[in-house]
Amino acid sequence: MKKHWPILVVDDEEVMCESMAAWLREDGYRVDTAPDGQKALELARAADYAICFVDLKMPGGMDGIETMMEIHRIRPDASIIIITAYATVDTAIQAMKEGAQEYIVKPCNPQEISMLVSRILKLKKLQSENAILRKKLARQYKHHDIITKNPRMDEILALTQDVASLRSTVLIRGESGTGKELVARAVHFSGNRADKPFIAVSCAALTETLLESELFGYEKGAFTGAAGQAKGKFEVADGGTIFLDEIGDISPKLQADLLRVLQERRFYRVGGTQEVEVDVRVIAATNKNLAEEVQQGRFREDLYYRLNVIEIQLPPLRERREDIPLLAEHFVQRISSELGKDVAGISADALKVLIAYDWPGNVRELENVIERAIVTCRNGSLESADFSWLHRDANQAQDWEVPDVPLGELERRAIVAALERKHGNVKEASSALGIDRSTLYDKLKRYEISH
Amino acid sequence: MSELCLVPIGSLPPQALEWIENAAADWFPLPTRRLPAIAIPDRAYDARRGQYQSLEFMKTLAQCAPRDAFRVLGITDVDLSIPMLSFLFGQAQFDGPIAVVSLCRLHQEFYGLPAQEALLRERTVKEVLHELGHTFGLVHCSDSTCAMSLATHIELVDSKTEKYCARCGTQLAQRFARNGGV
Repeated sequence: MKKHWPILVVDDEEVMCESMAAWLREDGYRVDTAPDGQKALELARAADYAICFVDLKMPGGMDGIETMMEIHRIRPDASIIIITAYATVDTAIQAMKEGAQEYIVKPCNPQEISMLVSRILKLKKLQSENAILRKKLARQYKHHDIITKNPRMDEILALTQDVASLRSTVLIRGESGTGKELVARAVHFSGNRADKPFIAVSCAALTETLLESELFGYEKGAFTGAAGQAKGKFEVADGGTIFLDEIGDISPKLQADLLRVLQERRFYRVGGTQEVEVDVRVIAATNKNLAEEVQQGRFREDLYYRLNVIEIQLPPLRERREDIPLLAEHFVQRISSELGKDVAGISADALKVLIAYDWPGNVRELENVIERAIVTCRNGSLESADFSWLHRDANQAQDWEVPDVPLGELERRAIVAALERKHGNVKEASSALGIDRSTLYDKLKRYEISH
Repeated sequence: MSELCLVPIGSLPPQALEWIENAAADWFPLPTRRLPAIAIPDRAYDARRGQYQSLEFMKTLAQCAPRDAFRVLGITDVDLSIPMLSFLFGQAQFDGPIAVVSLCRLHQEFYGLPAQEALLRERTVKEVLHELGHTFGLVHCSDSTCAMSLATHIELVDSKTEKYCARCGTQLAQRFARNGGV
């Protein structure tokens, strides 16, 4: 635990730095030392120190107060403890006004320094727990977004409870926007890992090398720009859950690396030689058919079976239309409150429009549509008129169903429709069709269309 | 040679090395060897504080240690300190071969009380186990009865026992097992 709170000791006297560092290391802390302000800043840029002991008087270059202020600029959360001699206590008090958390007069009693360090770290631990709890509360709020009276969804929610406290890997399949991450969070927060981190990674968003360092971390110098050691998401998620979204998009190399983590629960940081052992539950999600990807040779079969221990298949919203009114009401309440708009509800006619729509973007699309309607609506509740654009889009989408006619006929109809929409304006119609005016004139002639 | 070398620094209570040898035999599968006593390093004395700089003791031990020594423990009866702290009961190279223990503040006389040899023995053993524990990579233990718990004053030394707790003891045993006995 203490290793998570690195400490920096800055003093121009080597004996002071080394003896202090040795004493703190015996207490289990990771301690770095710097002989001057410049070196201290260099180290502070690379590592997130919890506490920095800074000697007030350092001859030449930056003094203690300057060093403290610069460290604070780089690491605002670092607690600075100014080290001072009796003669300079007044200056140390000045340092506290400038942002130092404490000052200690050397030599001090071992008990004093031990208590000071543990008091600061206790506070930091509380702050960190507070941040985690706040996030957790926010996540639980999201968890409530799984609103359903659909029997298939009920079964899925029951399954999430059953598997919550197991360490088995879960594979969640479903179209984009069906709530794969929400279900992953529900699994995590219902189980015995709930007070540990839930880390979500979108595998499709990053290149292979970025994703590799994102997942496994890297050592200093592993690549250009790796100024210090960095933990990967697997390490950050230790004890908790890692959610790997869009798992079907990862490269063959990462598939092999991931397989090793799943089998052995250990890995190397990029550029590292020491194995890192972790206890992480993996929940993966994809909108691809992984079995088919395996058949096509694009996804490792052994990894597929490792991931697919417990499979959850989320239905698209169009297959659970009975949930649309519930979800719509829920989003209206939540979003109107977030946006500070006084929208009480949604009319029956408006709900009919929403139920009739096919929702290719699923629940996420419904949420966005409700938000857009709330933003633009001028009444106390959402009416069908507030979704007229959706209806139109839906109709337009239906227009795209290709009629069974020769290609030329299709082109002729497209031209006629464009001219109608643009009230005979050839310039606008050609622009809408994506061709230039002379080409449109040629086609009008060929298809004998008068305008 | 896998030995624990004991190095008296200056004069010591007559039985001190025997106490340490007996305690070491209980916990470490290593033979102990007494090396000739060495003088207190001149540079170590801090006249302003009337104490001795612990790091100078560590440096001297590193210089005088036999090249093949596995662990070197210096024992002294003078008061040790480092610039930051007003005193130390002892100091060790974390996961390294050198450690030093001061008996100065383990004597009842230091606190204006009559001498108690049995208590001095107990305290010496506890601090020796503590510093040697650090040389084998053990950090401070939250169990206040464990020899590895942090003692910042003499009452805390007295509340420890002359042994490692189960967790620290196991860690130590694993360490020896991994290194094939040493």
